[in-house]
Amino acid sequence: MAKVKGTIVVDKEKCKGCGLCVVACPQDVIELAKEVNGKGYNFAYMAKPDLCIGCANCAQVCPDSIITVYQTKI
Amino acid sequence: MADIDIIKDENIVYKKSKVLTDNVMHYCPGCSHGVVHKLIAEVIEEMGIQDKTIGVSPVGCSVFAYNYLDIDWQEAAHGRAPALATATKRLMPDKYVFTYQGDGDLASIGAAEIIHACNRGENITVIFINNGIYGMTGGQMAPTTLVGMKTATTPYGRDVELNGYPLKMTELVAQLPGTCYVTRQSVHTPATVRKCKKAIRKAFENQDKKIGTSFVEVTSTCNSGWKIPPVEANNWMVDHMFKFYKQGDLKDSEKDNPDDYKKFIE
Ligand SMILES: Cc1ncc(C[n+]2csc(CCOP(=O)(O)OP(=O)(O)O)c2C)c(N)n1
Ligand code: SF4
Ligand code: SF4
Repeated sequence: MAKVKGTIVVDKEKCKGCGLCVVACPQDVIELAKEVNGKGYNFAYMAKPDLCIGCANCAQVCPDSIITVYQTKI
Repeated sequence: MADIDIIKDENIVYKKSKVLTDNVMHYCPGCSHGVVHKLIAEVIEEMGIQDKTIGVSPVGCSVFAYNYLDIDWQEAAHGRAPALATATKRLMPDKYVFTYQGDGDLASIGAAEIIHACNRGENITVIFINNGIYGMTGGQMAPTTLVGMKTATTPYGRDVELNGYPLKMTELVAQLPGTCYVTRQSVHTPATVRKCKKAIRKAFENQDKKIGTSFVEVTSTCNSGWKIPPVEANNWMVDHMFKFYKQGDLKDSEKDNPDDYKKFIE
């Protein structure tokens, strides 16, 4: 069975730290950072990048459309 | 750390729609408005109708929708979006015309406009964001506020004796012969986001068939007005709003009434 590997790129400065992507991710990949961005928000980042499958759930629920999703077969 | 090997254009499986501008949205973190804007943008992009779509924005938090979707827009006086959309569609029937309205805009000051546009069966699409509150002005009670729900103007909860009953606009317009497609959706999970997008797409495609008004309610959150953080606000919506605002299609002429429907499109 072909396996897939995914990754996401979050536009850190545009992230408002709402956390909707964190609960939408089936793989528990995303967390909100302890640090804040220029606007003072705890931005989303991949805490467990190895687990990402590139399903795009996080990007679909993001109200600010700031997540780009990549996927490749391995 | 992101995986550098994978980050190549050919591996992109999801990115921001081209119909969305690069402006940072003014909405509060986690607000449903942003998700619905994205879905409308994706539908417009996929249908290839960016230069043929005219939106009518309301008064409410989404008054600035024209900053975020790169299409033609008009800004209506409070509640009057259906009237403006009526004129626009009648003058330019080959354009795709939609209104984007909150519940304060559509169900309160604009109740007459929406009822009559739907009753006339104007060939437009209505996107109705029902967050049960007036977001922009600071969280006052809306016609759609649930019984017992606390707002700035009902600090002890909506009291039926004093404030009357919440108004189901979507059920109301579903009864009118002018509407062809009436549905209630939400955008709180990846699955509902995808379902809502299909509904919006259908509501736009109906304009090609000239079969009447398509009405898509999106039961939404206003975490600032509700004073509940975004993730919890979605849960609150499921536990409380969904009990009163039942999710799913209320009317689909294409399915409910195939014979009448065929007559209509000939
Ligand atoms: C004629 C008029 N009356 C009242 C107002 C004040 N006002 C601005 S937005 C709004 C209601 C907004 O609520 P809603 O339509 O639910 O949109 P939301 O902000 O929740 O998205 C009101 C009453 C106004 N701008 N114009
Ligand atoms: S693409 Fe899927 S698996 Fe990867 S972070 Fe987003 S939701 Fe999680
Ligand atoms: S006040 Fe409510 S509706 Fe307005 S942007 Fe904030 S969360 Fe959204």
